[in-house]
Amino acid sequence: MEFLEQQLPRYADGAWITIQLTVGGAALAFVLAMAIGILGTTRFWWARAITTVFVETFRGIAALVVMFWFVFAFPDLTGFELDPRFAAILALGLNVGAYGAEVVRAAINAVPPSQVEATVALNYSWTQRMRLVVLPQAWAQMLPTFGNLVIELMKATAVVYLVGIVDLTSVAQQIRSATGQTFVAFGVAFVLYYLLAQVLILGMRALENRAGKKLGRAPTGGGGILSLLRPPSVGTKVGVAK
Amino acid sequence: MWDFQFTYEAMPDLLSGILTTIQLTLIGYSIALVLGLLVAVVRRTPIIGGIVHFVMEFIRTTPLIIQVVFVFLMTPADISAFTVGVVVLGVHYAAYTAEVYRSGIEGVAKGQWEAARALSLSTGRTWGAIVLPQAIRKVIPALGNYLISMFKDTPLLFAIGVTELLTQAQRVGSESFRVVEAYTLVGFLFLAVSVPSAIIIRRLEKRYAAV
Amino acid sequence: MPPSDTHDNDRPQGVGGEDLIVFDQVVKRFGDLTVLDHLDFSVSPGERVTLIGPSGSGKTTILRLVMTLEKVTEGMIWIGGKPFSHMPRGSGFTPASESYLRSRRKSIGMVFQQFNLFPNMSVRKNIIEAPVNVLGTPKEEANAHAEELLDLVGLGDKIDAHPTQLSGGQQQRVAIARALAMRPEILLLDEVTSALDPELVAGVLDVLREVAETTDITMLCVTHEMSFARDVSHRVLMFDKGRIAEEGHPDQMFNDPRHERTQAFLKSVLENGN
Repeated sequence: MEFLEQQLPRYADGAWITIQLTVGGAALAFVLAMAIGILGTTRFWWARAITTVFVETFRGIAALVVMFWFVFAFPDLTGFELDPRFAAILALGLNVGAYGAEVVRAAINAVPPSQVEATVALNYSWTQRMRLVVLPQAWAQMLPTFGNLVIELMKATAVVYLVGIVDLTSVAQQIRSATGQTFVAFGVAFVLYYLLAQVLILGMRALENRAGKKLGRAPTGGGGILSLLRPPSVGTKVGVAK
Repeated sequence: MWDFQFTYEAMPDLLSGILTTIQLTLIGYSIALVLGLLVAVVRRTPIIGGIVHFVMEFIRTTPLIIQVVFVFLMTPADISAFTVGVVVLGVHYAAYTAEVYRSGIEGVAKGQWEAARALSLSTGRTWGAIVLPQAIRKVIPALGNYLISMFKDTPLLFAIGVTELLTQAQRVGSESFRVVEAYTLVGFLFLAVSVPSAIIIRRLEKRYAAV
Repeated sequence: MPPSDTHDNDRPQGVGGEDLIVFDQVVKRFGDLTVLDHLDFSVSPGERVTLIGPSGSGKTTILRLVMTLEKVTEGMIWIGGKPFSHMPRGSGFTPASESYLRSRRKSIGMVFQQFNLFPNMSVRKNIIEAPVNVLGTPKEEANAHAEELLDLVGLGDKIDAHPTQLSGGQQQRVAIARALAMRPEILLLDEVTSALDPELVAGVLDVLREVAETTDITMLCVTHEMSFARDVSHRVLMFDKGRIAEEGHPDQMFNDPRHERTQAFLKSVLENGN
């Protein structure tokens, strides 16, 4: 108890950094996933090639390796030093963005062709079709996978302590060195990560229910706030599975 | 400019790193395959199943790297970093493969269970001869994806000093000050393994999806 | 100018005798399969034409070509006296670009077999979204028009419903309202009752009869509902193997078909309870 009282502020600081990295990485990943995923569904071969190369490259290389490259190799190459936090967000965003782009591409392609035909019959432009019909429908399909990706991203932020960022994992190690209490020092960090994940899961599930309602589907597993309390099921390590 | 001399000289070290990486992946993956299946079956029992589910959930929602470091610090010093790394990797991924097996098991038609019961097959035979063969066949591609995924997570073992690819790159890079080459080569070596594997998995997917 | 009596099935004379839709030696192939084989036919403004024939005879393909959902393999389609499947370039023609098609197909609407309502929009949005975004109609005007059209199809009270809350027949009537909201000159009806339960068919056909009676929209209709075809159309085309086997006034076609193909087809349709 005394331990908690003394150390909690430091954990909070570390967790705050973890949250910042998660939000920053997720924002970058989301933008990349949308832009590059949509490119992959156009009829221009060069656009689809960009998508393939991006997806295969950044899915193929571990985020940690990309982060090391930005922190250590990039300054050597350009003489320009990146803030480690920026490098971390960049690496995480590129990695998760690559998985996300594939999700976006697949979800758009899964919108029934008949829906696209209806937009042709109403003479929508490509932009209108995307904005008004295709993306809103694909959105509901992307969300569950996005949810899993956000959890994976949050977990992946833990590698940043290796480049000197004082996140939750880093705080746990510092406190462990200071107190010698490995089990407690790490235990608190584990619980905080777990809670953070639960918050993300709840948030994503609320988004999913809203998107489902828009498409006239009943919320999964009964409606209302109670549906949010279903046992979470972070199942697939996403993008990986397809 | 790119230093080809360095590339040439560093290659043996990097290749030995990737060899370790592949060893880690294969052993860790075997653990994940066996343990995950065990978990998927045990999860169907009351109480113990609930506890196992919670533990797996906990493992899935906390970072692998802090798990690795934690276990490494908690184990006696005479257990090697390689062993710790491979076991933690395996257990962490078992939490994922268990979900894959579970979806496969749930995908087996109810009629199959009922037919097994109608033939008075024992529980063991029902699982071993009827349910699991059908369930596993369906999830082979999904399981395959975790092999690639695990391969890409091995650099995390850098944190406890396992001499895998990233660790080797950092060593040769800092000894020779050729950091750009070292880390870029790591990237290419990762691609050299993961892109062909992804293609193989996609083939598998097609083959098993056809059934 | 609405025809005064729809049961007087005389083919109306087009404005200045000009044909509205012209198929000129149109060929459509999917791989090795020839669906339309050097097809020639034309439709006058205000005319209502029903296409009948066995499945695979190319009827639906004609509608899809007019809606630009497919591209012609050979030949050309003209609409309103101007090239449609192609656009002029130099002294000749080149396949129409996406932007050319967009400028030309505004006047064409289509109702699909599977309704194809947008599940992410309410009934109201389904109807007003295209007039507002594509035609630039002011929102209030589009809303008023939507209400009017929903009254026409008998669903005035469903304007804020969600497509999934409607029966198939209701969804199809919304789809008709959605197509009409674009004030089309040409309306394409692709087996609009085939996906409906038998008891819901009549409601949809009544709406279309009403549209036929009260407007002068040119209609191309693929259907297996022979009595509906007889009531509303000015002309019936019998298709077989990508060509027109026989065409004529509905009375003649249904009472006294001359081509053996038509006789066989009508017999099989009647035997199947239509």
